[in-house]
Amino acid sequence: MIPRRLVVIGLIFAVLAAVPLYGADYYTGLATKIMIFGLAALGLDALVGIGGMISFGHAAFFGIGAYVAGLFGKSGIDEGLIVWPTAIAVAALFGAVIGSLSLRTRGAAFIMITLAFAQMLFFIAASLPALGTSDGIGLPHRNSLAGHSLGRAVDFHYVVLLLLAGALALTDFLARTPFGRAVDGIRQNEPRMGALGYNPTIYQLACFIFGAAVTGLAGALVANLSLFAAPDNLHWMTSGTLLVIVILGGVGSLFGSVLGAAVLIVLEEVLAEVTDHWMMILGPVLIAVVLFGGNGLAGFLLRRPHGRTS
Amino acid sequence: MSAAFVLAQLLNGLQLGLMLFLLAAGLTLIFGIMGLVNLAHGSFYMIGAFVAATLQAWTGHFALALAGGVGAAIILGIAVESALLRPLYRRGHLDQVLVTFGLILFFNEATRLLWGSGGLSMQPPAVLASEIQLLPGLPYPSYRLAISGVGCLVVVLLSLLLGRTRIGMLIRAGARDHAMVSALGVNIKLVYSLVFGLGAMLAGLAGVMTGPIIAVEVGMGEAILIQTFVVVVLGGIGSVKGSFVAALAVGLADSLGRAFLPLLLGGFLAPTTVSAVAPAAASTVIYLLMAATLLWRPQGLLGHRR
Repeated sequence: MIPRRLVVIGLIFAVLAAVPLYGADYYTGLATKIMIFGLAALGLDALVGIGGMISFGHAAFFGIGAYVAGLFGKSGIDEGLIVWPTAIAVAALFGAVIGSLSLRTRGAAFIMITLAFAQMLFFIAASLPALGTSDGIGLPHRNSLAGHSLGRAVDFHYVVLLLLAGALALTDFLARTPFGRAVDGIRQNEPRMGALGYNPTIYQLACFIFGAAVTGLAGALVANLSLFAAPDNLHWMTSGTLLVIVILGGVGSLFGSVLGAAVLIVLEEVLAEVTDHWMMILGPVLIAVVLFGGNGLAGFLLRRPHGRTS
Repeated sequence: MSAAFVLAQLLNGLQLGLMLFLLAAGLTLIFGIMGLVNLAHGSFYMIGAFVAATLQAWTGHFALALAGGVGAAIILGIAVESALLRPLYRRGHLDQVLVTFGLILFFNEATRLLWGSGGLSMQPPAVLASEIQLLPGLPYPSYRLAISGVGCLVVVLLSLLLGRTRIGMLIRAGARDHAMVSALGVNIKLVYSLVFGLGAMLAGLAGVMTGPIIAVEVGMGEAILIQTFVVVVLGGIGSVKGSFVAALAVGLADSLGRAFLPLLLGGFLAPTTVSAVAPAAASTVIYLLMAATLLWRPQGLLGHRR
């Protein structure tokens, strides 16, 4: 029998692949946005769910990816095969610096420090003329892929779908390697893993860099979707949104990030139709989900009849 | 550059540092005693300022505005603590961060709904509206001096409260071992509410006092909250004394950075480059201070290794 987790993942991707076949361009764009935020939150879930590192500054890497795409766009380079790996590499580099400083601490201080460093990048981006100050950087047009234009919403949608599937498969695979098991072990009991001879900081830093890189790719893609790299991509509200997506989807489930992004983005669209003050509803909904929600949507979908999760 | 200019910047830095301490003291006490990471702490600062600005517009009295703003922050703080946050003390940091993030979304939007998104303005009380001549050639707003004075007074009162009174002893004991305090027959829940109310009060007081020198607007709470986090981490999380030292360091570093970095950069860069780079560079000063401290003392200036 196929594990239920794989069935659920298969269904999610089938739905995402079917959207452009049946929906208008508006729905395709919405589905692309869901996948991009799902990818960004996947990077954060690797940190939070597997590594046990609660970062409230993950928007830093989302924004870095977006600004890399923006700067390339400004200088006339639009080949995705150049732009996207660069975005990943730059985000990973910043991840190495911010991660190694933040991992000097744990727990509550780690949360505050990641937030502070992300906000520092926000202030830099919002005041440096080379980065467009508060206006951000516009992209003249979408990146191409190996020379093929991705100008049509449908083409871009399927490229993002493939990248998301690839990133999810890679993260899932890494989580099952001895490396991933060690990171997971450090989350559960750091002193014990230390006693077993693992250096917790090195493993956690590697996990941090990986999460930064995944979210950096998502940042380059979001700049392609909106044709714009904005300081908002770096703002602490975006960091909060990514954490909300992770918890809605189910912490540590990895594929749940896509579900969480779908729920949050659809909820935003629906509530914004009803009232301008939709955040007044979203706030209490979020609080209720955290207090009474169990382990998010993934936890709910994978629940066994006796209440055990697989 | 005159000595008067330097002194004015030092006074600005002191004043920012004291306001940061009012927020950091509450935040670090709440973390130290209840183990709660409270992202919504800035909301009390914002609510205090909004209520005070409204009361001042209605009545014209600063004292009434002060009492109303601080009172609103205390009531809101105690209500939130007893209704929502108490079950979170035993939960992990992730749940705490998300619930308090939800609170920020709610409070910011509720404020926007009640007061509109335009923001308000507040005036200093009439007695303190003028500038006074501190030194020959150094006029300084008397209101800024007054809030620094109030800030110093609060520091003294807080250290007396924590160090010399029975309730202060209970708070310190609660921070060390709350299970033991509870077992000795102390109503620890009452202590929790008191500490949270005290934190909200200090944040509200900072909001009211800062109101006349900044724009009272939605988002002001988060802007100062992030600087407060830098203070709390720098001072050593849970340590009130550490927060005090760190708050002054951050306040001075920020003010002096904004004032002198453009002059410093002007020594070896073209003026156009300076005006482009200086704002970005000045806003990074306090974060670089934090990074340097982390390399040297990861537990913060006066923190303990956990």
